[in-house]
This record gives sequence, C-alpha cells and structure tokens, in this order.
Amino acid sequence: MNRLDLNTVLDWVPRSSNVLDLGCGDGAFLHRLRAERGVTGVGVEIDADNLISAVQKGLDVIQEDINAGLRCFPAERFDVVILTHALQELTHPHIALQRMVQIGKEAIVSFPNFGHWFCRMHLGFKGRMPMSRAMPRNWYDTPNIHFCTVRDFEALCSELNIDIIERATVAGPAQRLLGKLWPNLFATSAVYRICQSGR
Amino acid sequence: MMAADLSVNSVGVVTPQMAQFTAPFQFSNGTTLDQHTLVYETYGELNAAGTNAVLICHALSGSHHAAGVHSEAEKRPGWWDLTIGPGKPIDTNRLFVVCSNNLGGCDGSTGPSTPMPGSNIPWGSQFPQPQVRDWVRSQKLLAEYLGISRWAAVIGGSLGGMQALQWAVDYPDWVEHCVALASAPGLTAQNIAFNEIARHAILSDPEFKGGDYLAEDTLPARGVALARMVGHLTYMSADGMSDRFGRELREESFSSDGHRERVFQVESYLRHQGDRFSTRFDANTYVLMTRALDLFDLSEGYPDLATALSQASANFLLVSFSSDWRFAPQRSIEIRDALMATGKPVTYANIETDDGHDAFLLPHPTYERLLSEWMQRVGPSS
Repeated sequence: MNRLDLNTVLDWVPRSSNVLDLGCGDGAFLHRLRAERGVTGVGVEIDADNLISAVQKGLDVIQEDINAGLRCFPAERFDVVILTHALQELTHPHIALQRMVQIGKEAIVSFPNFGHWFCRMHLGFKGRMPMSRAMPRNWYDTPNIHFCTVRDFEALCSELNIDIIERATVAGPAQRLLGKLWPNLFATSAVYRICQSGR
Repeated sequence: MMAADLSVNSVGVVTPQMAQFTAPFQFSNGTTLDQHTLVYETYGELNAAGTNAVLICHALSGSHHAAGVHSEAEKRPGWWDLTIGPGKPIDTNRLFVVCSNNLGGCDGSTGPSTPMPGSNIPWGSQFPQPQVRDWVRSQKLLAEYLGISRWAAVIGGSLGGMQALQWAVDYPDWVEHCVALASAPGLTAQNIAFNEIARHAILSDPEFKGGDYLAEDTLPARGVALARMVGHLTYMSADGMSDRFGRELREESFSSDGHRERVFQVESYLRHQGDRFSTRFDANTYVLMTRALDLFDLSEGYPDLATALSQASANFLLVSFSSDWRFAPQRSIEIRDALMATGKPVTYANIETDDGHDAFLLPHPTYERLLSEWMQRVGPSS
C-alpha cells in the first residue's frame, strides 16, 4: 500500500524531538524518523514479531495494547505522539486520541478517509461494504473496526476539545487539488496535527 | 542421560576461579566479614579497551556455573547454557561474560557452610544476612579485581534481575545496559508468604538445629526438599502443569524397603525435585537468599521507584512472561512505567508462554530471538 501520509508526518515531526510512535509495526517509520529527523523515540507495538524487527533496528519498543489506555506514559512525556493508519483499528479511538494529546505536547494522526467517493459509490451502488486495494478485507474479518470520514474526525476533535493545528490530505495524482478543496470526498487519507485545546 | 553435547555453540569445559578479598566487607545490616572469597566463571575474552564485559547475576538457586561444563563427563551444562555461548544470545564470540556465586551462597563463595576464620566450624547460623545491594557491592569488588571498570551489560532473571536493577541504580557509571527478566521492584505479600512457608519448612526440621546442623553433623534434608517443592510449584503455571503432568499416574518406590506405590506424575516430579535439591543446596543459604529476596526494595532510600531509577544511566530491557504469577508481568510493568516516567530508554516485552516463572530459563523462540536481537546493541559494535 502506498503510504503517502507518512511523508507528511515526517515533514511535521520537529527535528531532534522526542517521539512516541503508536503501533510502530516493524519500526521502519520510526527508524526513518531517527535517521532523517534525528528524533529520539519509543515505539508501542502489540505484535511480538514486529517488536523484534523494531528492536533489530536498534529501537526501543514497549509491547503494549494501545486499547489498554496507554497508562504507562506520564503527561507531556513526548513532543509528538504519532498514530498512522491505526485509528480505525482501535477499540476506543476517542479515548486513545484524548490520551495522545495528554502524553504528547502534540499528536499527529493519519487515517484512511471512509468518506472518499470510491467508498460512497461502492456502498451506494453495490450496497456492500467497500473493498479496495487499500481495504482488501471483508467487513467481518478486518482489523479496521472504526472507519471514519474526515468530517467525523473533525467533529470528534471538537467534541473532545482537541484543536486541529494543521490538516493535510492525500489523494490520487489526478485529484490532489480536489482532495484539498473537498477532502471529505476526494482525500484517500487525511493527516492531522492536533493538540489539547488551549495548549 | 548422555554427556552434554559440546559440539554446538558451547563454551566447552570451564574451570571455576576463586577471588580472595582480604579487606573487611561490611554488610548493610552492619555485620562484617574480615575476608571473603567469591567463586566465578568467565566465558569469552575481555577486549583491550574493556568494553565488552557482561555480568550475569544468578537467581535464588543458581550459581556461578552459568554455561559450559566442568568436565566432559558432566551431564548438565551450566544453568543458562541455552543463552550463553558462541553465537548464542549472549554471544561469547563478542562478549566477555562473568558470573559469580553470590556471597552467602553454597557453591564456593564464602557462605554459611564455609568454616569461620581460624577454625573448622562452619558459619552456620552466624553468617550475616546479605541484601541484594551487598551482592552488588561484592560483585563490584570482583569487577575491579578482574580489571573491569564498566559493564557493557548487567543481566539477570528473577532475583538476578533485582541485582541487575540495583546495579543500575547504585552504580550508574558502571552499567551501560541493564537486562531484568521476570523480575520485580520488590516482592508482594503473597511472594513473601511463599518464602516464609519455604523457610518454615527448613526451620521446623528437627535436623536444622538452629542453623548449626553442619557442626552437629546432620542435615535438614526434609525441610530443604519441602521448601524446594513449594518454591518449584510457584515457578510453574497451572496450564503448564496440566500439559506436562495432567492426572497421569506412575508406579514408584519412595521407601527403602522397595515398596512401590501408584502416585501422580506431578507428585513424583515434585518429590524428585525436592530430593535432588536437598542434597545439593545448603539450608542456611536458602534461608538467607529468600530473606534477601523479601528485603529487596529497589526504591529504598528514595521517595519512589521512579526517583530510584532516575539515578540510572543504563539502557534497559525488561521481559516478563504471560503465565508467570510469582513475578507477574505487572511487576515488570511497574519498573517499565517508572523508567518511562523518568525518560530512560527501555524496551519491554511480555512473552506468551505456559512455562510460568521458569520461562526465563527455558527455550522459547520469540524470547531467544528478542534477547539475541537486543543484545546486538551491547558491547563494541562490530
């Protein structure tokens, strides 16, 4: 899968900052952040094989279920807390978001946009849950249990008193401008910089 | 059983060494040994810069014999031979590995079964009660004796993990990496209770003679065996025991008249473990070691655990095991969270296993891979 969202995340992470990467997988992105942005970082990963791959890259990783509430991190422990394309896999995305903006001075979140025209067409015309190259799994057998749209996410932020500092969209080459103008319809993924309101 | 296979990844035949210390050693409780001996083994070569030395701290019933064999005929290799050796997670091709028998032990270091200076009467009940930080201090003396001024890593499981953590807190400049496996920042009431039952088994054995059984030429073997049975039970998990023993029966003879009885496999196993241990392990040492465990409190002298660990400058690896209820994952998580709160670098993993507390000594592909990969950051980069 083409993960253009990561380029935006990379650009937004301040140099030499202290980063927490939630659901860091095999650590490839955190490793890249360390190499290209000089960050110090910790990953959180639930899968043991992924964790070992990340350790192999010289990273520090905590084996933990994000759904357990991220209680191990004190407030404002990190400059940036990152969650890329994992929000939709969480049991309680809203609780995770609240924790993220507590333990990080700011957070960067990216997620696939379920409001994209393709999803709407698929559901509207076929009457079936959308499946695509980016979403290859059946509705009953997918880790993605909490899909949302760009609008859904922004509404949730407002409800949780989370400020949106910056938004970027990822769209197909022909729809880059449309993605910027009408993100909820044309962005395949959205990337947000957020922080606790009033910080 | 066949002799240990030395052909693959073994450090081979090793000879224990003795280090004599003639300066007085004062324990935390104020008592002093005028002189003492530590027995230790080393594997691999110390490099010229002295940057590849690794200390292994043993657990309750362990010894300095961590890897290899003492002779070609020895049936069992050292207690952590699985992990220490050429090409193994603690790779003796790269690292210089040191393991000593704790002061107060019964495998060669000065302890309750050692004769008191100037006599041939064993220390017995008179031997001082060591604490974890005393062991750490004595291991530091050994390091200096060996010409080591910094450990690339201090590594241990269970009680050994406590020593590794204490090292990192007490001598931050000495410890570059700290590995604590199936460990805890202090025992729970339940844990102390199990230790108390084990000690009670020993202390109430009539042959214990208040700790002076050697002077009276007897041995509290029943007490030690029972203590070990209790301990061993707590090192296994219920599921692990069901898988291993189930309700299987076997015929066995436990009495000298050769009378055979049908017993459950698990009974036979525990009795065997108890009996074997009672002939090999000193009763006083068992009492002292379990007390040291009970007394251990990593946060002692500090307002809390995080402040204690804030002293450390090591990079940490913590591993817990899912079915370990003696040193439950939650206890490692307490250490992890305290380290996280103070911004110390830490990797933590909870290994899925049915092997209970014993798991830190047993084969497990994920565990071995993790340890092996993490250890790559220890010592000079190749």
